[in-house]
Amino acid sequence: MSPTVYVPADAAARSMGADGVARAIQTGAAQQDIDVRVVRNGSRGLAWLEPLVEVVTPGGRVAYGPVRASDVPGLYTADFLNGGSHPLFLGPTEALPWLARQDRLVFARVGVIDPLSHAEWRENGGGRGLDAALEMTPEAIVETVTGSGLRGRGGAGFPTGIKWKTVLATPAAQKYIVCNADEGDSGTFSDRMLMEGDPYTLFEGMIIAGLGVGATKGYIYLRSEYPDCERVLLAALTGARTAGLLGASVRGSGRAFDIVLRRGAGSYVCGEETALLESLEGKRGEVRYRPPMPAQVGLFGMPTALNNVVTLGSVPAILAEGPEAYRARGVGRSRGTLPFQLAGNIKHGGLVEVPFGVSLASLVYDYGGGTATGRPVRAVQVGGPLGAFLPASALDIPLDYEAFVEKGAIVGHGGVVVFDDSVDLAKMARYAMEFCAIESCGKCTPCRIGSTRGVEVIDRIRQGERRPQNVALLRDLCETMTSASLCALGGMTAWPVLSALEHFPEDFGLRPGAGSDAGALAGGS
Amino acid sequence: MPAHSHPATSPDPVATVGRAITAHAHEPGGLLPLLHAIQDELGWLPPEALPRVADVMNLSRAEVHGVVSFYHDFRLKPPGRRVVRICRAESCQAMGSDALVEHARQRLGMEMHSTRPDGGFTLEPVYCLGNCALSPSMTVDGTLHGRVDPARFDEVIDEMSPLPEASRTLACTAEAEKPL
Ligand SMILES: Cc1cc2nc3c(=O)[nH]c(=O)nc-3n(C[C@H](O)[C@H](O)[C@H](O)COP(=O)(O)O)c2cc1C
Ligand code: SF4
Ligand code: FES
Repeated sequence: MSPTVYVPADAAARSMGADGVARAIQTGAAQQDIDVRVVRNGSRGLAWLEPLVEVVTPGGRVAYGPVRASDVPGLYTADFLNGGSHPLFLGPTEALPWLARQDRLVFARVGVIDPLSHAEWRENGGGRGLDAALEMTPEAIVETVTGSGLRGRGGAGFPTGIKWKTVLATPAAQKYIVCNADEGDSGTFSDRMLMEGDPYTLFEGMIIAGLGVGATKGYIYLRSEYPDCERVLLAALTGARTAGLLGASVRGSGRAFDIVLRRGAGSYVCGEETALLESLEGKRGEVRYRPPMPAQVGLFGMPTALNNVVTLGSVPAILAEGPEAYRARGVGRSRGTLPFQLAGNIKHGGLVEVPFGVSLASLVYDYGGGTATGRPVRAVQVGGPLGAFLPASALDIPLDYEAFVEKGAIVGHGGVVVFDDSVDLAKMARYAMEFCAIESCGKCTPCRIGSTRGVEVIDRIRQGERRPQNVALLRDLCETMTSASLCALGGMTAWPVLSALEHFPEDFGLRPGAGSDAGALAGGS
Repeated sequence: MPAHSHPATSPDPVATVGRAITAHAHEPGGLLPLLHAIQDELGWLPPEALPRVADVMNLSRAEVHGVVSFYHDFRLKPPGRRVVRICRAESCQAMGSDALVEHARQRLGMEMHSTRPDGGFTLEPVYCLGNCALSPSMTVDGTLHGRVDPARFDEVIDEMSPLPEASRTLACTAEAEKPL
């Protein structure tokens, strides 16, 4: 049998030259006149080792990384096809401590299988959730999801089963499943990795959602910044129709479900669910007033279950293993696992799927290995551009929706962005306001105008101009934006801004400890 | 095909718009796919195409313009022959994307948010490419690059093969590509 080599086709691996590595391996094989089967898998999520090349040996898969195309001749010399020793040799992949310590439910197959092979997907446990769902009533499906404790992974953490129950209970000629694949938060890439590494599992989750709420049509709204992902999804949709997973009769059940892939157009606010629906309808991505909720009046006015990629991707495991197994993981009201994403200035960045309850410090230091620059960690932002900045002294906090909210922070989509001690938090606060100004949909004045004013006020504070007055003004502005904005873009931009001010007052030219008290200022005029 | 990569040949805009209309005009909410289809082929949305789009979609011209102007991706001016997008979101900032932007401006001799007068490059920011574990990131003509320090930036620019003659018609001026 010809040797099998895995070279990820994940966008992150490709950004580090994986295509060249795959070509070099083929070239080497041709030169040695051997037949090598190169499989383009998803990423295992150890980003600092990408491209991570795996070879199938009698003892299982062994890994080499990070491999550059120029390393490939040396790998052949070292007999890597038989797991030969080489400076890049990492050992058996699944024994790598980073992977061995994870609890991969949603990402069980990502990096393991050929993402486009329906057969490999089935052999590796794919589709078992759908097998179960096809035998169940819609009510039982919704009940199972509710019982698992699954909450939305897109940011708001709303219980998925409850949303589905509303859609199920709303009669309509047509209902929709909409998958939010807009993944706009900086520091996040779990949606992308799941879609590129195991697209059939996302489709499976959408089909189960369709069976649960009575929808026959799904849309995936994919951000335009993910062209690699778009290619994978298009190919996978064809594959799924050929395999009978999608179509007029899902797996011969007589029940229809199909999916349309749509591309966004570079707007962050279109990740907000109602703006996303407007965009899908071909309009400007402006946020809608609620009620009505999308679950009742959603896409094209019809009841719509709108969920994040990872939410939908978690559903198959819940149906396959039962709600109790899922619920057994996690803490408090945060049940199950979350694929955390370690990013920014971090030595070992990538994807860590573990149950809720892990501490932020453990993610940053035990998995992440501290900063990439080797300097001390100064701040960590969790949950994207609307998430608070936490100081290095406050990382001993469990990843749990409620524990984070207590600290004025959010878990959001699980992105963890690390900054070393060279960061200027006043500059980051300014950026938070600037980002809000750039991405505001324009519907409410506090967001549209307030964010631009916020940039100006922070500029003045940074320049030392009338600091006490300007800090007070910034607080007022934050309060207005928080209380009078229609959606979380305007409504939560204050979180990164005020947390920066509170924890890092010295960056604003204030006395340490003065950030939460505008009266106790150092300097300023 | 990504919205910002160039076709190898220069298609006939009228035919492109016609094809996009045939493919998407009847799709529910088909305006975005239709606009993407035009821009995928032409690299931008020629303003003269928009009235026709408005007509077939049963929308006013103002409505179509409202949609086009809302989304950062849509271009009403032709981009340069190469489109460089540097990520400016938090994770990439944590890894020095400000310095990278500065380097790119120097190296390409241009400002952010602009197209060079010779039509060689468009340089613009992007807010997260989903490659945050390998920050800083950028794309060149839609191809993603990770861990881009100034040296890597120069390598990527230097390694780029010359563009086929046909796509040069997209340039603002007919001037040939100058050595940088
Ligand atoms: C400004 C803004 C941007 C958002 N971006 C995303 C996004 O990119 N992806 C996502 O799944 N949810 C995003 N959300 C949350 C969605 O509005 C919505 O809560 C979520 O998609 C629902 O799915 P879930 O319950 O499965 O999380 C965003 C919200 C806001 C206010
Ligand atoms: S808060 Fe901002 S983004 Fe949200 S609806 Fe208002 S203007 Fe639009
Ligand atoms: S923040 Fe730059 S790729 Fe995500």
